[in-house]
Formats: sequence, C-alpha cells, structure tokens
Amino acid sequence: MTAPRGIETAAELGLLSCPHCGTVWREAADGEPCARCGTRMHRRKPHSIQRTWAYLIAACIMYLPANLLPVMITKSLLGSQYDTILSGVIYFWVSGAYGLAAIIFIASFLVPLFKLSALILLAVLAQRHSDWRQLERARLYHMLEIIGRWSMLDVFVVSLLAGLVRIQGFAEISAGVGIAAFGAVVVLTMMASLSFDPRLSWDSRNTIPAEEHERNMPNKEQGA
Amino acid sequence: MTEQDKTPPLAEPVVVRRRNWLPSLIWFIPIVAALVGIALVARILMERGPEVVLTFKTAEGLEAGKTAVKYKDVQIGTVQTIRLASDRSHVRVQVQLTKEAKSFTAEDTRFWVVRPRLDTSGISGLGTLLSGAYIGADAGSSSETVSEFTGLEAPPIVTRDASGKQFLLRARDVGSLGIGSPVYFRRIKVGQLAAYELDADGRGVTLRVFVNAPYDKFVGANTRFWHASGLDVELNASGVKLRTQSLATIVLGGIAFQAPDDAMGPTAQENTIFALAQDETTAMKQPDGPSQTLLLYFNQSLRGLSPGAVVDFRGVEIGEVKSIGVEFDRLANQFRMPVLIQVYPDRLRRDIGDGPGESRYTQLDRLKFLVDKGLRAQLRTGNLLTGQIYVALDFFPRAAPVKVDITQNPIELPTVPSGLEEIQAQLGDIARKLNKVPFDEIGRDLRKTLGTLNKTLVGAEQLAASLKNDVSPEMTAAMKDVRKTLNNADKTLADDSPLQQDMRQTLQEVTRAANSLRILTDYLERHPESLLRGKPEDKKQ
Repeated sequence: MTAPRGIETAAELGLLSCPHCGTVWREAADGEPCARCGTRMHRRKPHSIQRTWAYLIAACIMYLPANLLPVMITKSLLGSQYDTILSGVIYFWVSGAYGLAAIIFIASFLVPLFKLSALILLAVLAQRHSDWRQLERARLYHMLEIIGRWSMLDVFVVSLLAGLVRIQGFAEISAGVGIAAFGAVVVLTMMASLSFDPRLSWDSRNTIPAEEHERNMPNKEQGA
Repeated sequence: MTEQDKTPPLAEPVVVRRRNWLPSLIWFIPIVAALVGIALVARILMERGPEVVLTFKTAEGLEAGKTAVKYKDVQIGTVQTIRLASDRSHVRVQVQLTKEAKSFTAEDTRFWVVRPRLDTSGISGLGTLLSGAYIGADAGSSSETVSEFTGLEAPPIVTRDASGKQFLLRARDVGSLGIGSPVYFRRIKVGQLAAYELDADGRGVTLRVFVNAPYDKFVGANTRFWHASGLDVELNASGVKLRTQSLATIVLGGIAFQAPDDAMGPTAQENTIFALAQDETTAMKQPDGPSQTLLLYFNQSLRGLSPGAVVDFRGVEIGEVKSIGVEFDRLANQFRMPVLIQVYPDRLRRDIGDGPGESRYTQLDRLKFLVDKGLRAQLRTGNLLTGQIYVALDFFPRAAPVKVDITQNPIELPTVPSGLEEIQAQLGDIARKLNKVPFDEIGRDLRKTLGTLNKTLVGAEQLAASLKNDVSPEMTAAMKDVRKTLNNADKTLADDSPLQQDMRQTLQEVTRAANSLRILTDYLERHPESLLRGKPEDKKQ
C-alpha cells in the first residue's frame, strides 16, 4: 500500500510506451500507433476490466462442469469408470498416493480456483480504484502469470493417456466432457489475466483519473 | 520522435460509433460459456430418468456410484448411494435410472444382483468376476409405478421377455429338484423349474415349470410329467436296463414330460395343472380313477404288513394298504386286526376287460357279486427272507358264503386265513386228535399182546427145534437115496450105455422096415392087381 508514494507514473508524466517494442513516447495520444512498429499505444489496456470480467465469468461458468463432469473415462475388462478430477484425487488419496493426490489437487483444482479468485479480487479492486495493498496485488498478478502455465497439467495427462492407453478390449482411456470444460477454464483464465492490465492496480482514486481516460478513450483496435 | 499532433475531436466521432458495440462483443464469451454450461446441465438432466430405491438383504458387490443397473446388458442406471435401513435388516440402494428406463418403475419390475453363482442350472454371472456385480432388471408390465422395490435374492429363472408357457405340477415332494432344474422333452432340454412352493395345507408341493417356446406346444392335455432324477435301473428277463435323461440329471435332477403313445391331445393352456409322477412308468400308467376303501378284519398276526403294502389280485397290483390296527370285538370277545386298504377298481376292470355294459351295475353291486362268487382277502407272504406280507384278493369258491353290508363305510370285505395259517390250523387239529388217542391203554394191551406173542414164539421155537432134531436126519437119508436114483438114471441115459445102443439099433431096424414098406406100397399102387394075381414077372415067366 505504501508502494508508489512519490513515484511518478508514466501516465502522470504524459509518457506512453509501446506494448510491442517498448519504445516510450512523450505526449502521445492514447490509441496512437507507435511510430516504430505501428502498434497502437494505450495508457491502459482498453476495456481491460470489462474483458477481464467477461473472461472471468465465462471461466467461472466452465469451472463447474470441469469439476462435476468426468474428465477421464477408463474402459477396461473390469468395467468402465468415469473419473472427475476430484474423484481421481480421492482415489489417489485413499489408495495412499498422497503426493500424487496433492499434486493433482493443487494443479487441477486449487490453481484454477486460485487464479479465478485472485483475478476477481484484482478486477474488483482495480475497478474500484482501490489503493489497498497495491504492491501485493502487483505481486499476486505476477504470480498468476507464473503458475498459469502449469494448470494445463491435467489436460496433458488425459490427452497423453487417451493417446497411449488404447488396448482394444482390455483398457481404453478416453477424454470426458469435463476435460474440455477444464481446458476452457484454463484458457479463459489465461485470457482474463492477459486482458487484465496490471497497471490498473496502481491507479487509485488519488492518482490520475485514468478511469476517465479509459472510459472516454477512443478505441480503434479490435485485434489485440 | 516526431508526433503528429492529431486533434482528438477529429478522431473521436469515428470511434464513438464503434465504441458502443465493439467491447460488448467480448461478452459473447461468457454467454457462450453459459450456453455450453446450460446445454451440459440440460443434457444431464434430460438423461436422468426416475430415481428408485431397491432393498436387498446385502449390498455384497455393490458400489455406490459405480455399480450399473443393466437390462439385456445395456446400462439403464447407476447405483447412487447404498444405505443401511434404519432397522439394519436390509440395505437400501438408491438407483438413478436413465431416461429410457422409465418403464422400469412399473410396479412388477424385478431387480436382483448378478453375481457369480453356482447352482443347479450351472455357473452364471461369470463375467461379473472381473467387472464386479451389477443389478439386473426385468421390466414389469404394470401401469402402476412405484419408486421402491424389493430386490430378489436370486435371479429369476424366467424373465418376462422369455417366450413360452408356465405349467403347474403337483407332487408329493420336490425330490432332488432345485430352482433351475432342467425340463426335458425327448431328452432335449426345453425348459426349467422356475419355482416351487409348499401347498398351504402342507400336503404336497406345487412346482412351477417354464417350457420355452417353441417346445411349449408339445405340452398337451394328456401329457405326463415325471421326475427324471437319478438313475432308473430295471432288472427283467432281458437283462439290466439303465435309464437316465442326461448325466446332469443324475446329480441335479430334472423333470421330463411326454404324452403316452404320443397322443398329447389339445395343446395345454398356460398354468395348466399336471401331476408329477415319481418315475416314467408311473407317469405312463393309465389314471387310476376313483379309489375304493375297504376294511378287512384279520384274526392273525399282522407282522410283516405295513401301510403301503401291496394289495394284489392274482399278481396284479390293484391297491395298497392304508392303515393297520387292532381293536377289541365286544361281541366275539376277542381281538381282531382291522386293515384298511385302498383299491382302484379301474385297474381291476381294465384287467377284466369290462365291456360297455358296465354302467348297469354300480361299483357296490359289482363288489357284492364278486364276494358272492367267493372273492376274499388273504394275507400272503411276499418275501420269505424279510417276512413281508401283502394282501391278496382272490376267489375262494369253497369259502363260506358271507353277506356284504354295502351300506357300511368303509365296506367290510370278508377274509380267509392265509394258506400257512390253514396248514397250522389243520396241524393243530391233528395234534388235538392225536391227543385224544388212549396211548396208555394201547400200551398196556400191547404189552399183554406182546407177552402172549412171546409165548407163542417160544412154542414156535420149540417146534422148530424138534423139527430140526427129528425130521432132518430122515430128510438127509431121503435126499441121499434120491441122489443115488438120479445117478442111476444118469448112467442109464448116458451115450455109451447099452440101452442107448440098443435103442439106436432098434431104430435103424425100424427105418429099414419102413423103407421096405414104402417100396411095397409103391408097387402096390402101380400094380394093385398083384395083390390078387401076384407079381406079373412071375406070370410071364
């Protein structure tokens, strides 16, 4: 919370950096293309909060089927088995593989949940221009980016198994609907964290009325 | 580093228009996600069928969330939860049926657990050894639906989709049959025993057999069913015959059916009641018709006679002994042995070959007539070794005439003592007569007689002695004389005796004389005149 006291932000100084080549322009207007690479420059990512919310809501919706529907269907001589993420965790835990259970639980259940809740927190605080624990929020965002790439673990496991275990009649593993939902959750949370502009965390009510800018700023870019 | 100083107002109007709808495009993503989610939920909800609760004695092999409910090996539901009933007497299994399994909530639907099972019909459910138990279902046809079912402990033998017919068999006991025991027709397995239950009065059992289509059409009104269990060994003049339906029936038992002479009659309706005979011979016998109970009184020991013993008529079994007892006859002041027998007059009639005129007489009239003809009951020894006896009905024309009281129930049939009994009685009579003989007097007389005889004999002896002393020397002398005479005679007659030679000479002379005589006669014949005139030569000369 005590982070940026006395530090002038680029926005306050009227500087704009190109998100692509990193060139900093002075007195550039928002939405102007970078003279070097042509990328449009914005003081803050346009509609960042809005996009983040959209992705977050979609991810939240998909999070339910991801956890409720079976991710892996094991068909073997002993019958077919439908495993959801949590039933797999329970299975490993009950059968004594605590480490494995913990890994799956953390990677496939806690991490997406953490990402979702963290992003929601960040988005809410950014929207309210709160200056509450701004430094921690920045670190939190950084952490999200790091762990985000690990959350596809389950998808990899299932797709690998589905490809490898295909012994006709004896054992067959196929992916369930849940894994698609799970993949969607991962992708959507990544999109959400991508579309979230971490700089918003530093904008507080006391600082520049970035909000006003963002609201009124002409937005010509569609691609992003 | 040079920036074009664009004036914001210039760019603004262009952008404002777009700004209204472009960012909202992003909201399609959650909308799509929501749609997908709703679609998934909807699909799951759509696939969900009714939820039912099954109660079983044990949840052995069942697993919540895993165990499937199958019909024709198609999964129609999954076990959701397994709970113990509040009184701990059974388990309650909650099952989520699929949508197409809606009809399985009919009131008469049956559920059972399919486990590996070894029973009389073989091994079943072997597949579940690996895959684990599942719940089998047999859809009912009732229009009433319920949500709670009592599960069967054993799979039903006959499911509703099986085509065929069910028949009821009445038997004295189940024998070695079990649920699933095969039913054979000409040694082909055509069905099985579906169920059996004790009759309400406990006097027999009713078996429910199911005959599969198309064999059910071979069950006719005349069809007979019999126990095909075990071995049927028959020993007769042509040797030993061993009969069995199949190897399995030796161990497991079975039922066979066939119509006598293959005249099965009209095809039997479902649930027709048949009798189950003990063996094929019994089954193929013509029906016995009504039975007649008769009462016999014997005045002899009934040792060796037991209820169930044969009543026969000249070797043909016509009934059996129902009960034996003993009672005191006040009038005659003696014990007598009542024996109740049950005879089947039809068996007798068939053997007699009664014609169509049978309706003229009632059963009782006929019996009376037969008794008048001398029909009596008698106890006879059936087996000398074991002393088993049986009741024989036969005609004894010389038996004392007896009046039959046909108003009595049961009718009393007169009896005659058995052959052995008769001999015994006669022997007794003889002994009694012998007893009456005055052996003492006879003995005394005899002794007297013997004394006299002795004297007589002594006299005879003396006589003989005197004979010996006086007569025999004379006799010897006489004999010697006789021999001398004979010797003389012998000498006289010998070849070389003078008498013989004289005789021979004499005879030769006689022969010669005879020859001369013949010549003379011949001459005379030719010359008869010579008698008068003499020889002619003499004349000539």
